[in-house]
Amino acid sequence: MSVHPISNIIRKLRFNADEMTQQQLANQVSVTRQTIVAIEKGKYSPSLELAFKITRVFNLSIEEVFFYDPKNNV
Amino acid sequence: MSYQEKKSLVSLISNIIIFAVYYMNVLQRYHENIFSTEELFKFWAGAILLLMPVLIFTKLIINFIFIIVNRIVTNQVAPKFSDELDKLIDLRATVHFGWVFMLGYLLSMGALVIGMTPLIMFNILLCSAILGGIAIDVTQLYFYRKGI
Repeated sequence: MSVHPISNIIRKLRFNADEMTQQQLANQVSVTRQTIVAIEKGKYSPSLELAFKITRVFNLSIEEVFFYDPKNNV
Repeated sequence: MSYQEKKSLVSLISNIIIFAVYYMNVLQRYHENIFSTEELFKFWAGAILLLMPVLIFTKLIINFIFIIVNRIVTNQVAPKFSDELDKLIDLRATVHFGWVFMLGYLLSMGALVIGMTPLIMFNILLCSAILGGIAIDVTQLYFYRKGI
């Protein structure tokens, strides 16, 4: 359940990247696993810096990983 | 339940228990003695001052025990650093502590203004300090669970 206007496909990208674990992604972008869990569940919108770090892990642009939908704005 | 949620919950419960035990101890000592006005101020000011080191010391021990027990039971390792989500939640929790303590401070001063005894004033101050601590734990628990 998304509570933010920003959604993402990180879970799908992790799966496609040899089933990368949340902990492995967290280690690569220097955050805790809890933060990756919160981002994937749409409970937290990451800072621009963290968003860039995540997209670089998958060699994608920000628009390919994160999506803005103002209808979800609360 | 994540490590941070469990830590906040343990902190919340320990805050309530430590304060309840400490407060009952202070009240018992208060009822055992007869104070002059000056001694009364000294007694309650001392009780408020002593609460902080008591809370810090006991919470350090409880946190240490929690880390060990959690590691044994769930094999979960405590995060070695705070990331941006932790810092954001900490900031919000500190703001809530500030609001609760400020409200308690104003209420305690108001109690004196409307002619209540210093005993009431010190009790409100003491309670607002611990309620502020509880506000920190509840805020952390809420945001870790519901998102921010």
